[in-house]
Amino acid sequence: MDYSQFGAMIPELIVLGIFLVVFFADLIAGDKSRKCFLTPLTTVLFALGTVAIWVIPASGETVFGGMYVNDSATNAIKAILNIGVFIVFLQSAKWVESDEVAIRKGEFYELLLVTLFGMYLMVSARHFLLFIIGLESASLPLAAMVAFNKNHYESHEAAVKYIMTAVFSSAILLVGLSFVYAFSGGSLYFQDLAVTIQTGSMSGLLIVALAFVIAGLGFKLSLVPFHLWTADVYQGAPTAITSYLSVISKGSAAFAFFIIFTQCFGSVYSDAWEWMLYAVIIATITVGNLFAIRQKNMKRFMAFSSISQAGYIMLGAMAADTLGLASMIFYIFVYIVSNLGAFAVISTIENQTGRLSMDDYNGLHKTNPWLSFAMTLAMFSLAGIPPFAGFFSKILIFTSVTGTGSMALYMLVLIALINTIISLYYYLLVVKAIWISPEAPKVESFRSDCGSRIALWICVAGIVFFGLVPYIYQYCVSSVEASAGFLSMFGV
Amino acid sequence: MDLSMLWYLVPSVVMLACGVYGFVTRKNLIAILISLELILNSADLNFVVFNRYLFPDMMEGMVFTLFSIAIAAAETAVAIAIIINVYRAVGATDINIVNKMKH
Repeated sequence: MDYSQFGAMIPELIVLGIFLVVFFADLIAGDKSRKCFLTPLTTVLFALGTVAIWVIPASGETVFGGMYVNDSATNAIKAILNIGVFIVFLQSAKWVESDEVAIRKGEFYELLLVTLFGMYLMVSARHFLLFIIGLESASLPLAAMVAFNKNHYESHEAAVKYIMTAVFSSAILLVGLSFVYAFSGGSLYFQDLAVTIQTGSMSGLLIVALAFVIAGLGFKLSLVPFHLWTADVYQGAPTAITSYLSVISKGSAAFAFFIIFTQCFGSVYSDAWEWMLYAVIIATITVGNLFAIRQKNMKRFMAFSSISQAGYIMLGAMAADTLGLASMIFYIFVYIVSNLGAFAVISTIENQTGRLSMDDYNGLHKTNPWLSFAMTLAMFSLAGIPPFAGFFSKILIFTSVTGTGSMALYMLVLIALINTIISLYYYLLVVKAIWISPEAPKVESFRSDCGSRIALWICVAGIVFFGLVPYIYQYCVSSVEASAGFLSMFGV
Repeated sequence: MDLSMLWYLVPSVVMLACGVYGFVTRKNLIAILISLELILNSADLNFVVFNRYLFPDMMEGMVFTLFSIAIAAAETAVAIAIIINVYRAVGATDINIVNKMKH
């Protein structure tokens, strides 16, 4: 075997290297030294790794007989996921130092890096075996992370719900893949499947297989018929993990969904999975919005908001072309900064005061004007109010869907637009509580910790500038276009 | 007797149906885990049977099954660990007790 092939997996090697360093540092260091240097070490190493992934150009090589590819599109995806993880590290810095968690904080970083590694494999895999391995190493350690607050009952309940739905979804996905294997011609490489599945090859088996695969991935993305675990898990998990689940885990699953469906099943797009995805997207956006309206717990609220955002993300998969992927990358980039901005505020307030209800945010601007400001910007961006980044990401993803000009897709965008207005209502409820509510503030004035302050500044800068600086979207488009043959098998 | 592919696929579908039914109806966490194992085994059986009958000169389905067995074992280990944690916290593995987080 030619071991030099591993050299092509640069982003994976970087994350693996960071993982090993953190692991051995955690193993060797004494209690005293671990307490002071582990968090800065991980954060700084990870920042360097992120920069390295941005800077080192993707080789575009396909290695291991076509199982793994590292082209500029997957590289851009990984770089963007990395920025999200970096922000999560910053905002969790205070939480991992708390008495309850401090002794286990090495485990937190290690598990998180392993899940990130799995997500890299999911995005880069060009064979279903590698994809499944990536998916599992992304979701199993996450269950352990959800159960991280050992002394809180909610954490246990959330972990049970998460592991059961995660295993169920991957079992369903495996059954679907076994059906795919039946008509694959004996090979599960994406490129071979694309050759086997041609436009005429419609059959009942194919529809069943696609429904199973959509269901399996839909659980990871919390699309609507498969979303029931989301609210409970998001509420029970530690806030740092919730933000990780809602952004990074969801984003990577969305990319994997796009890649699998365009590369393997692209030729049966209009025959088989266009209408399935159509129905799922409408249900996801609408149900997510309607349930978000009645939530009072901030983490549950963000859970339903993230369900409806997943519907918008999947619009990119509906477009299923180069522009679709580019706008999906851009949407997730913007979603990362907006959602993590909101979560940074939520977790800061939770760490300082233990308050999580929306009513606790009444009159927040009197005591904590900067947090209020950041929360407001994040809510505006999630709702899609112009000049903030969320507006541009929504416009671009709508434009990519209507690119083909079909009437049905215009209707889809219309429904999504109406839902944007509904979402405005509940996002503004938070803003109203912060700025307009006449009640006396319940959260006293405090100075937030250094890590979350940096995270908030990054998020606010992203929310303000990502839409206005055209370079970001151009970077997404050019990196998708530069990955030659990314959609070449795509026969729509 | 010459067994056709159907003789293997019917048990696999029965296992899938029982697994999904059990996942939805069982009230004990361990029983739910067993149902999940049934679904996973049904998928494994599918892979092996399709490989043996449809593509006998290739090995991809068999290899996939080996990996998926390993993954299922890992899943069970994590799930059991979490269930033990729950048992320590509330003293039961009944899902009606582990369901306090509504609203």
